[in-house]
Amino acid sequence: MKVTMYSIHRHTGRIVAALLTTLLACGHAHAGEAVPTAQDPVIEKRLIDISDELRCLVCQNESLASSRAELANDLREEVRKLIVENQSDSQIKAYLVARYGDFVLYRPEVKPMTWALWFGPFFLLIAGVVGMARYLRTRQTLSAASPTLTDHERLKVQAMLNAKDAP
Amino acid sequence: MIVEIGHFALILAACVALLQGVMPLTGTATNNLRWQLLARPAAITQFLLLALAYGVLTHGALSDDFSINYIAGHSNSLLPIQYKVASVWGGHEGSLLLWVLMLSGWTVAVALFSRSLPLAMVARVIGVLGLISAGFLAFVLLTSSPFERLFPAPLDGKDLNPLLQDPGLVIHPPMLYMGYVGFSVAFAFAVAALISGRMDAAWARWSRPWTVVAWMFMTAGIALGSWWAYYELGWGGWWFWDPVENASLMPWLFGTALIHALMVTDKRGGFKAWAVLLAIGAFSLSLLGTFLVRSGVLTSVHAFANDPERGVFILILLALVVGISLTLFAWRAPKATLGGKIGLVSRESMLLANSVLLVVATAAVLLGTIYPLIVDALNLGKLSVGAPYFNAVFVPLMVPVIFLMVPGGIAHWRETRWQSLSRSMRIPAVAAVLVGLAVCFFTTRGTWLSGVGTALATWVIVGLVVQIIDRLSKPGRIAPSFWGMHLAHSGIAAIVLGVTLVSGYEEERDVRMGIGDSVSISNYTFELKDVVLADGPNYKALRANVAVSKDGVPFEVLRPEKRKYFSSNMPMTEAAIDSGWFRDLYVALGEPIAGEERQWSLRVYYKPFVSWLWGGAALMVLGGLLSVSDRRYRKSAMGVAS
Amino acid sequence: MKKFLLPLAFFLALLVFLGVGLKRDPSEIPSPLVGRVAPPFALATLDVQAPTFGPEDMRGKVWMLNVWATWCVACKQEHPLLVAFSQANQLPIVGLNYKEVQRQDTPGGVVPTAEEKLTIARKKSTEWLQRYGNPYVVSVFDLDGRVGINYGVYGVPETYLIDKKGVIRYKQVGVLTPEILLTRILPLVKELNAS
Repeated sequence: MKVTMYSIHRHTGRIVAALLTTLLACGHAHAGEAVPTAQDPVIEKRLIDISDELRCLVCQNESLASSRAELANDLREEVRKLIVENQSDSQIKAYLVARYGDFVLYRPEVKPMTWALWFGPFFLLIAGVVGMARYLRTRQTLSAASPTLTDHERLKVQAMLNAKDAP
Repeated sequence: MIVEIGHFALILAACVALLQGVMPLTGTATNNLRWQLLARPAAITQFLLLALAYGVLTHGALSDDFSINYIAGHSNSLLPIQYKVASVWGGHEGSLLLWVLMLSGWTVAVALFSRSLPLAMVARVIGVLGLISAGFLAFVLLTSSPFERLFPAPLDGKDLNPLLQDPGLVIHPPMLYMGYVGFSVAFAFAVAALISGRMDAAWARWSRPWTVVAWMFMTAGIALGSWWAYYELGWGGWWFWDPVENASLMPWLFGTALIHALMVTDKRGGFKAWAVLLAIGAFSLSLLGTFLVRSGVLTSVHAFANDPERGVFILILLALVVGISLTLFAWRAPKATLGGKIGLVSRESMLLANSVLLVVATAAVLLGTIYPLIVDALNLGKLSVGAPYFNAVFVPLMVPVIFLMVPGGIAHWRETRWQSLSRSMRIPAVAAVLVGLAVCFFTTRGTWLSGVGTALATWVIVGLVVQIIDRLSKPGRIAPSFWGMHLAHSGIAAIVLGVTLVSGYEEERDVRMGIGDSVSISNYTFELKDVVLADGPNYKALRANVAVSKDGVPFEVLRPEKRKYFSSNMPMTEAAIDSGWFRDLYVALGEPIAGEERQWSLRVYYKPFVSWLWGGAALMVLGGLLSVSDRRYRKSAMGVAS
Repeated sequence: MKKFLLPLAFFLALLVFLGVGLKRDPSEIPSPLVGRVAPPFALATLDVQAPTFGPEDMRGKVWMLNVWATWCVACKQEHPLLVAFSQANQLPIVGLNYKEVQRQDTPGGVVPTAEEKLTIARKKSTEWLQRYGNPYVVSVFDLDGRVGINYGVYGVPETYLIDKKGVIRYKQVGVLTPEILLTRILPLVKELNAS
């Protein structure tokens, strides 16, 4: 489930686009309808989707989408320019990684260095399920009767047995 | 002078903690009854001393004593009184003192509510808690004393970070710390069991209520933190997978696994070593969280001031506490006897699956949180692991855990026939599939994701309704723990529903508004009436009056603010929220826009079902409360046959 | 029962990583540009009459690019060191003046033109350099920060060491200290000059 902090959905986009065209047709905004801050909602949505997965480099762990820092504004402007130039998502990410390194990506790329990260939990799950299955198998053959001694008593017996060996 | 008394009390408390740790434990090894009897009085003495020290610090905050370095750094004379009280835990040193005070408080609770337990066991538990306390007090006294003085005392304090000047600060950290620290009791019981070699059903029965109560606090603490972030930060986010958030989630996951594993150990004597390991793990994760947050190894919006020297100390503490207990585990746990037969399809196997899945989920969160650290330590560079990773990995792992709630509740102990189980699950299954398909295909913007989420929630809810109806049709009193279980599970279902619906259907408008302009989302309209000055005790603010109407009928005025505190340069957004059962309306005021007309940027959100997140957490806490109130636990602790 | 030792083993491994991590700074970002050719630019300089300047103009020399601004408090801290260092004539220092014109320089909310911004920037930096000393053989104006982005600048001050072929060989994030100059930069300069 994607937890997005900003979501301007298709629905919104269509309404806003309709609004924009009527406003442009009138030449200026009527008192009444609020003007969206963004110039182009389609570009803006792509910008938010991409920058949600990018890191603000001057913040203490915030995404580029939500940060209000100056560098974040500049980088968002840069991404906006790249979107207008029709660059793909991976091209835009590569552009930023070339300048700032992997640190700027909140979704780490799947490469040998991150294989343990991306596949580790899955293998751990397999190991857990296998271990559980094997454990349950051993517990099928155990007799229904519980052992007669408790742990405490067993240790006592062991101690007594050991003591017996002492001279 | 008073401050020095507080400091002295702290030093005394450390000595008492050491005695409390060493003597009862030695007493159990040498069968010295007098030393064992020291446990309870020592615990009470330590608590009184720590309460005194804490009281002194709070008094310092309330009386504006800025000769205390810590108070000067975190408080201010203009601060409203509740925030002066809360400023005591607003920073590293003070929050640690609160931590230690709470640890001592839990120890006293164990001392007072354990009359029916064997003395040796109580001595061991209190002894272990004493050693932990001694370690933390040494940490406080040597590296993080809140009683350091500042000469000459400044005229006024630096002020509490404006982000923290909020009711959230008053309640979230105390609740969370109660949870973090509360798991130490289960830990102490587990270590005591390992030391004595007596890991049996009795140990599990004693541990259960303590674990559940700690878990309740942890749930409340995490939920409060999430809610606080939601209304405080200004854009309606409620979980960011920030390292500090993860640090609280991990012990919670283990705590949940522990609660479920203890059921098996209690009822059927199985999974002893596993439950002990989970108990050690839960508190270890609490300690790990303390390390991550205070040492500076990870960047987080939450982290306290970074100090590697403190980090080294906590690391040593962590190494000792966890290392020794895990060594003890490796040595003693193999001697635990196994319980009886466990069917492949049985309540035990379901609970085991619950454990395994939660442990894997915790491992995934841990991996993601410290992976940047591992990569950096191996000199492979720097990378970030953020929300996209955690969402992609954690959510799929939790789906089977939540799914298992239904069969886990229906299945019998020892063995269940698959046919009867699947028959009972038919109704929930059908309901879930129908709802899921309906949501996916018949709502605008429905996706397979929102379908799965709603299906899962429906599965759980219908499943527990079926179980309740079935149980009501049978004779006999129903134990409170039965209601507790279903209430807690319904809480999870509520959260799943809330998360699914808010993520899938929330809407936002990011607009520029002048006076008289309006914007609408679904059938709500928001009109900007005016923007006025609204100053507070220690800030200046701009306040917008936004009239909200539904279907054209006005019903509310929301007043978002933009504040400038005297002590900070960053402007603070105070969003205005209209919370409802089925939706939140959220308005945040942005910057004024330069131009001829007076215009401001505003963000308006429509968030469906977001209050179900916090409501679900409240249900979980209530469920836990019901479970603990079950007199079986309190009664059975007396005259326990081993 | 070896499997009971697994949790301990796992924990010890974790401890090692945490211990090593204590010595690292999680907010320091290594630059991927080290070892690559310095991105080209053509920016106006302090001198109104001079033509634009770019890294190609420094080919054949080992040189230092220092990112600075008059509004940057930390830059004031390293500035005396830079001035002294420039007087030692070890290598030419070029200044990259980063986003000099801030919102408070143009009151009334009026957005200045590029020409106006350049004039304001020139005025502010000339005054500042006259007051605190000028270590730069030339200082260029990156008014909108785009060149900074190309160089992976995320804070001010930052310093780059570039060799004769125009390849970035070292990046220093944050204030320059005498220790860094002596232990890292000067040896590298010697090495690069020799090649």
